[in-house]
Amino acid sequence: MRDVAVIGVGETEFGELWDRSFRDLGIEAGLKAIQDAKLRSEDIDAVYIGNMSAGKFIDQEHVSALVADYAGLADMHLPTVRVEGGGACGAIALLQGRLAIASGMHDIVVVGGAEKMTDVSEVQAAEILSSTADQEWETVFGATFAGLYAMMARRHMYEYGTTREQMAAVAVKNHKNGALNPEAQFQKEITLETVLQAPWVAEPLGLFDCAPLSDGAAAVVLCEMQKARKFTDTPIRIAGSGQASDFLALHDRRDLTMMDATVVAGKRAFQEARLEPKDVQVAEVHDNFTISEILAIEDLRFVEKGKGGPATADGLTALNGKISVNTSGGLKARGQPVGATGVAQAVEIVRQLRAQAGKRQVVGARRGLTHTLGGTGATAVVHIFERGD
Amino acid sequence: MAIPRFWREIQSRYNLIGTKCGSCGKVDFPPRAVCPTCGRRSVGKMQRMRLTGKGTVVTYTVVHDAPAQFEMQKPYVMAIVQMEEGVRLTSQLIDVSPEHVKIGMKVQATFRKLGQEGEAGVIHYGYKFRPTA
Repeated sequence: MRDVAVIGVGETEFGELWDRSFRDLGIEAGLKAIQDAKLRSEDIDAVYIGNMSAGKFIDQEHVSALVADYAGLADMHLPTVRVEGGGACGAIALLQGRLAIASGMHDIVVVGGAEKMTDVSEVQAAEILSSTADQEWETVFGATFAGLYAMMARRHMYEYGTTREQMAAVAVKNHKNGALNPEAQFQKEITLETVLQAPWVAEPLGLFDCAPLSDGAAAVVLCEMQKARKFTDTPIRIAGSGQASDFLALHDRRDLTMMDATVVAGKRAFQEARLEPKDVQVAEVHDNFTISEILAIEDLRFVEKGKGGPATADGLTALNGKISVNTSGGLKARGQPVGATGVAQAVEIVRQLRAQAGKRQVVGARRGLTHTLGGTGATAVVHIFERGD
Repeated sequence: MAIPRFWREIQSRYNLIGTKCGSCGKVDFPPRAVCPTCGRRSVGKMQRMRLTGKGTVVTYTVVHDAPAQFEMQKPYVMAIVQMEEGVRLTSQLIDVSPEHVKIGMKVQATFRKLGQEGEAGVIHYGYKFRPTA
């Protein structure tokens, strides 16, 4: 396989962007990434788009061709691919883009991720998110997406003594980081009390344990490593990638307090990169709920199993802690335009490794990781990045 | 949800019909064509069987933010129940107040209305669970 590097990144602001359409967002992110890479349109070989559910959110399918078209690439007749994999679609698109270059088929690929979630009501949006769980055997009985994660949280509390305060510490930390990110949906710090006193969504998860509904897009330009050096002095190499799946329904999983898909995807990525969790200084993990980040840091072996709660409360995952987790603010504060997530995580890691993360810069960051989930953990994707200079 | 889509699953939703692998004996619910443990060896050997309906609460939540269809029922309790046969499923818990639900609680399946298609549409039925008397 040929080595692949990220040579350009771009993203829109995230939030409830009433005045912006799906196409506006996709194009803004794509053009920013292309500009950042100093590419010409004719350098691009293919476009990969991560998008979960444009069909349901904006009643528009075939968004792969649409985005290329409105980005001014229609005349080039590029191959365009839209990837779906629940919340992991952006991360899978990134993996597919990487493979297309590694295989020798393409040299330069633009990978985008986008979701426009606020053109439907909040109740509809929550139901669309739930459709990544098992519609026939979970949601039809009344299970909600938050409810399924709440059941993981309850079991984690039961088995490991994790507390609501420890889960709340995830939200407090990620809002603190988000306050340093000018593109985040919530750039405001919150207190532990705010999280604990918020109305219930699904016990033991309250409103501030849940990531918001958002509009937004992100994009990266991938390039074959030798060629990448012609575009930039700091190519960010994709050192390893792992993807894994599991039973679709939560109740069928081996262990309700652990995501086997994350464990396996993580192992595969670390194995390919020939690295250990201790070699990584910064990670963007899928904190769609506070419990998810606790599971992720355990399952990726940044902390011992069952110790994710105390580790977070003790500040081990804070900015410039033992490992800096979700420096962008994560899904919780940066926002959660589903399809954009995996790509936005990569954008943040690239900025950190290029030392361009401003006030939220992790000192001496040389290697970073992204972790993205689909559904309640039926898909997990892990990418490991390192400075290529 | 289209009527046939619900109707196709009636056997399992009304009568808790699952499958037992003829190769390893593991029980699955809903029915599977292939045993997740035995793979290809199980093809053609998956026998239909009815679960007893007896189980234990493995984890639960109280849902406050509900889909439109469940708006009238909130807050309601959802649980993952481990059945006597070993397989787990997700269901509503009824006839118990949320503060009395506990992990490890014994429960029994019962036949209930799950929902309906709008104001005048078809009514969906299926299982919910209640504490064992």
